[in-house]
Amino acid sequence: MARIELKDVRKVYGGGVDTIKGVSLDIADGEMIVLVGPSGCGKSTLLRMVAGLESITAGDIMIGDKLVNGLEPAERDIAMVFQNYALYPHMTVRQNLAYGLKNRNTPKEEIDRRITEAARALEIEPFLERKPRQLSGGQRQRVAMGRAIVRKPAAFLFDEPLSNLDAKLRVQMRVEIRRLQRSLATTSIYVTHDQMEAMTLADRLVVLNAGRIEQVGTPIELYEKPATTFVATFIGSPSMNLMKLGNGAGWTAANDAGLPANAVTIGIRPEDIAIAGSGVSGPMTAEVTVAAVELVGAESYVHGTTTDSQTIVFRVPGRSHIQIDEKMTLTADRRNFHLFDKDGQRI
Amino acid sequence: MQSVVFPNKILPYFLVLPQIILTVVFFFWPASQALYQSAMREDPFGLQSTFVGFANFSAIFSNGEYLHSLQVTVVFSVATALLSMGVALLLATAADLVVRGKGFYRTMMIIPYAVAPAVAGMLWLFMFNPAMGTLAYLLRRNGIAWDPVLDGNQAMALVVVAAAWKQISYNFLFFVAGLQAIPKSLLEAAAIDGARGARRFWTIIFPLLAPTTFFLLVVNTVYAFFDTFGIIHAVTHGGPAKATETLVYKVYNDGFVNLNLGSSAAQSVVLMVIVIALTAFQFRFVERRVHYG
Repeated sequence: MARIELKDVRKVYGGGVDTIKGVSLDIADGEMIVLVGPSGCGKSTLLRMVAGLESITAGDIMIGDKLVNGLEPAERDIAMVFQNYALYPHMTVRQNLAYGLKNRNTPKEEIDRRITEAARALEIEPFLERKPRQLSGGQRQRVAMGRAIVRKPAAFLFDEPLSNLDAKLRVQMRVEIRRLQRSLATTSIYVTHDQMEAMTLADRLVVLNAGRIEQVGTPIELYEKPATTFVATFIGSPSMNLMKLGNGAGWTAANDAGLPANAVTIGIRPEDIAIAGSGVSGPMTAEVTVAAVELVGAESYVHGTTTDSQTIVFRVPGRSHIQIDEKMTLTADRRNFHLFDKDGQRI
Repeated sequence: MQSVVFPNKILPYFLVLPQIILTVVFFFWPASQALYQSAMREDPFGLQSTFVGFANFSAIFSNGEYLHSLQVTVVFSVATALLSMGVALLLATAADLVVRGKGFYRTMMIIPYAVAPAVAGMLWLFMFNPAMGTLAYLLRRNGIAWDPVLDGNQAMALVVVAAAWKQISYNFLFFVAGLQAIPKSLLEAAAIDGARGARRFWTIIFPLLAPTTFFLLVVNTVYAFFDTFGIIHAVTHGGPAKATETLVYKVYNDGFVNLNLGSSAAQSVVLMVIVIALTAFQFRFVERRVHYG
């Protein structure tokens, strides 16, 4: 139970590699924060700095109002779940769970009680006497979670914990982590590169790009009002269409005057576009030629080319009978347009 | 595993022929000679041999000197293996902490392995020779009555240190590799779990090194049993009063110095059985070693 505060945290590796270029973040008690970004954006480094596995070049990290910059990982009262689980292969599941408590001289009855409790919550009771190698990936993941839970730390740190699981299990574990985190109400920082995972797990999302925070907000805020073109393309799948304005933009309207003068790029999500005459209509229209059709089950994504040779992706519900090279008119509502200036900042 | 089938019937035999020839000439032939000799007794002038069955074997096992030599070998092997592995492990964990000049440090550590056993023995002999050794002089000046030529225990200590010293490099290499094979995240997890220093070493690192340690234990035992002839020959000649006469040294001494070929052959057969047993033991347990992950 703790608040975590990052104040202008920086990380420069030897040789002058700037990995984290000043990150400030205030995480409320019990909050689930997801750090998301492309690989190499510094999200794992930031998490490991909070854990104490990487040194801090500049800035302060506070956990529960205590400055932890110089503290050992063990003294920070945090627990971490690793991508490869990092279970001790020579110990049984029970010993794995007990290890951190034993090192802290927790009384034996208390250790047993906590293990029983955690094992029940995670449904790993039948495996307590087994070695990690005798478990499946999903079971190992649960044990790794259990090792964090039994410690009852001030904060959980998750480093891409689901990326080694198959797609189905990942969704299942995602729901479970969310449920556990809610019921334990432990402050958590979760690192992932998967925007779906980020959207579904987060109380608040932090989008990182090249060592800087692009935007912080609830998943829906980021989806509805991306602050930059980077966030706009990163959140949502398939990603938002970004199209250049000017010299005969793809989208035309009866009245173009509605767009601000400094708008350089417009963004529109595939789900906000409809085919003209299909019942939905908006004031903005675009002429496109179909380049490809992707059927993903309940819906299809159509890739098209506008008259000014920009690509656009839009969604059509159900199975579509659209043919390649077909020409059609698209329509969209002005309110669903996201406008960005020449620096990619939202207007 | 996919097996490859050669269409040609003879080619496979040609491919394994060099290995077969080597094994036959350098193992099966001498081994069968030793087996044959171990059942024979030579007359004093080497003119004729008589078949005596297992008489040579019963003779050596009822011989106090042989049993003493067995005991010497066990003490020597255990001490050499423990010393060389202990020091190597200490150096390997220390090498893990070195930040600058890691490669140089490791390379330097490996050099003693390139030194021939007899040369290694001579080095230690020069340093600790009671008459002219620099270190022997220092020892005596500090009140230690150092004389391995007369004191059996000191002689044993000297050959153990010389034999272990040579093997440290080899063990060091394996321990360094073993330490590098431990996933970094495991050590990080242990750090978060509050295990530090010695505790982390004994509860996490050492158990994870178990396969390496076990492998090295077998290799070092075999080394101490069979590959230390040169060191003992150079340093003590098995003396004083046979205090450092290991089984291998005794085979040489009885056969080539005292020319008791039958007994010597019987002793080498016993050694052969021991090495086969050790190898079988190694295959049975090391091959099924701990799997990570």
